[in-house]
Amino acid sequence: MGKTLAEKIWAEHVVTAAAGEPDLLYIDLHLIHEVTSPQAFDGLRIAGRKVRRPDLTIATEDHNVPTLNIDKPIADPVSKLQVDTLRKNCTEFGVRLHSLGDVEQGIVHVVGPQLGITQPGMTIVCGDSHTSTHGAFGALAFGIGTSEVEHVLATQTLPLLRPKTMAINVEGSLKAGVTSKDIILAVIAKIGTGGGQGYILEYRGSAIRALSMEARMTICNMSIEAGARAGLIAPDQITFDYVQNKAHAPVGADWDSALTYWKTLTTDTDAKFDKEVNLNADELAPFVTWGTNPGQGLPLTASVPNPADLSNAEDRGAAERALEYMGLKPGTPLKSIAVDTVFLGSCTNGRIEDLRSAAQVLKGKKIASTLRLLVVPGSARVRLQAEAEGLDKVFLDAGAEWRSAGCSMCLGMNPDQLKPGERAASTSNRNFEGRQGKGGRTHLVSPLVAAATALKGTLASPADL
Amino acid sequence: MEKFVKHTGSALPLRRSNVDTDQIIPAVYLKRITKNGFEDGLFAAWRSDPAFELNQSQYKAATVLVAGPDFGTGSSREHAVWALQNYGFKVVLSSRFADIFRGNSQKMGLLTVILTQDEIEKIWQRVESKPDTQFTVDLAAKTVTYEANTLSFAIDDYTRWRLMEGLDDIGLTFTKIDEVTKFEEKRMSFKPKTLPIR
Repeated sequence: MGKTLAEKIWAEHVVTAAAGEPDLLYIDLHLIHEVTSPQAFDGLRIAGRKVRRPDLTIATEDHNVPTLNIDKPIADPVSKLQVDTLRKNCTEFGVRLHSLGDVEQGIVHVVGPQLGITQPGMTIVCGDSHTSTHGAFGALAFGIGTSEVEHVLATQTLPLLRPKTMAINVEGSLKAGVTSKDIILAVIAKIGTGGGQGYILEYRGSAIRALSMEARMTICNMSIEAGARAGLIAPDQITFDYVQNKAHAPVGADWDSALTYWKTLTTDTDAKFDKEVNLNADELAPFVTWGTNPGQGLPLTASVPNPADLSNAEDRGAAERALEYMGLKPGTPLKSIAVDTVFLGSCTNGRIEDLRSAAQVLKGKKIASTLRLLVVPGSARVRLQAEAEGLDKVFLDAGAEWRSAGCSMCLGMNPDQLKPGERAASTSNRNFEGRQGKGGRTHLVSPLVAAATALKGTLASPADL
Repeated sequence: MEKFVKHTGSALPLRRSNVDTDQIIPAVYLKRITKNGFEDGLFAAWRSDPAFELNQSQYKAATVLVAGPDFGTGSSREHAVWALQNYGFKVVLSSRFADIFRGNSQKMGLLTVILTQDEIEKIWQRVESKPDTQFTVDLAAKTVTYEANTLSFAIDDYTRWRLMEGLDDIGLTFTKIDEVTKFEEKRMSFKPKTLPIR
């Protein structure tokens, strides 16, 4: 029987395997940031160990960093200590670091692909659950905890039990105004936040193949919100074109060998997935979440659901709790919900295409006077690119704030936070209670819906303008 | 890592599903650079509510957390495990755990036990009516026992052995480090390197 893409990449990286034990998997690339690494470096120091492969390791500062006045010292002393600790650790252990102010600084999952160090067929890990983003290249990429970060630093390997495989088939074509963010929100609403537990997802079908690399990254990024540690997409010409000529892409004969190998990275026609889920792209519409987990989402044209209509007691309880936290009444049309803040950014939707699509909606218009629009590029390079294209002017003229790169309001570790009771339309990945600031209320949306909402003041798609 | 063989203690019922790691410990508490002191951040947003189970005196001594399904979803922050351990929890029972959280807990010796939702519901009811009910979690026998009830749970043999011996994964991998070196010698030459900077 044939192999799935995930099984092929896994097999290629097994260092040792024995019955009744996890496989020892070789890790091709280890991405580091300031929040989940200090205790791991400490562990190395205590044990007198080195970083085995600094040349397969790269660090950047993203979670804590301010997005204003980045030329000044970080004001929060605790954040500053964490960032300083990363700098000290990278110097001591010889790890490449892109610090605040550096042109390659940015959200770790935006930085890897733009440097060309994210390539098909690799195993990629990071102490961050959104590492699944890199799966868009046909790489096996997943988030790890700090103990595992230390393990990879010390040995460049991880002991792992082999997950099962799930195909997410999305056939058909998206209507205008519907994006890859809407695909993934619909997938999570369908299979639930625990639906992918124990699986590697492979997104397949004509609707997926038609997507750009950046749109594919948005989908793979949110695999973890469906419970799957990793999600991937088979590499194709779109992938190869994106990687070619990036700083760390293979060149010359290496490019030819790489390409030959990458072209083998598809699921065999006779391979069998442990589970398959089907979605029709033609039926999808702009999606928005109404609750406090990413599975609680509906098309924008729907109304806030009534928990009493849910047959499953667990779902009903969760929905009741969510509506109370969100301050929403059943039956309220989603499009009537007014927001205080619109956040455009994050590792989900902070890349140049996301900024371009939002700017197209905002061009020549003004945002509603009742809200603020925060635009936070995913990386310093994305910011520069946007400025070269004049997008910063579009945002500023519309009344938005144009910020520097980082995770920012996606998780509110820096000063960019919602106040208690404030409501946001956010292009990020998690609508958890308090995620964007204690008491803050989050509706997850695509960049197009974010931009339209900023203009209208209430949740809206460009078609509603 | 401390060995985990058997633990006996009282329980705290957490009747909520999808308790994500942002609820277990919000991001603003992640700025520490040590593995201790995270107990203050545990369930921080809910701690201001006097009705929250952690604030109720009858559960003060609890060392076994009995959670709803999909516990630990979201972020990969191992701080969630440290916060539970720093607070004093030794075991978490749930019908479903998020993959990364479960992996992290197994690295740190916080035992995560999967029971059926029906079994969890019965435990919740018992603990709510008799908060000092004692639970014995026996990793050797793979059972949870309270009063006259003995519930079996599954865990892979390798993880169970490692937890019972308190073994450090890194140490185990170093016994195979020659294999890693051999693997590196035959890696594809076009694979990218982060150094030198290009």
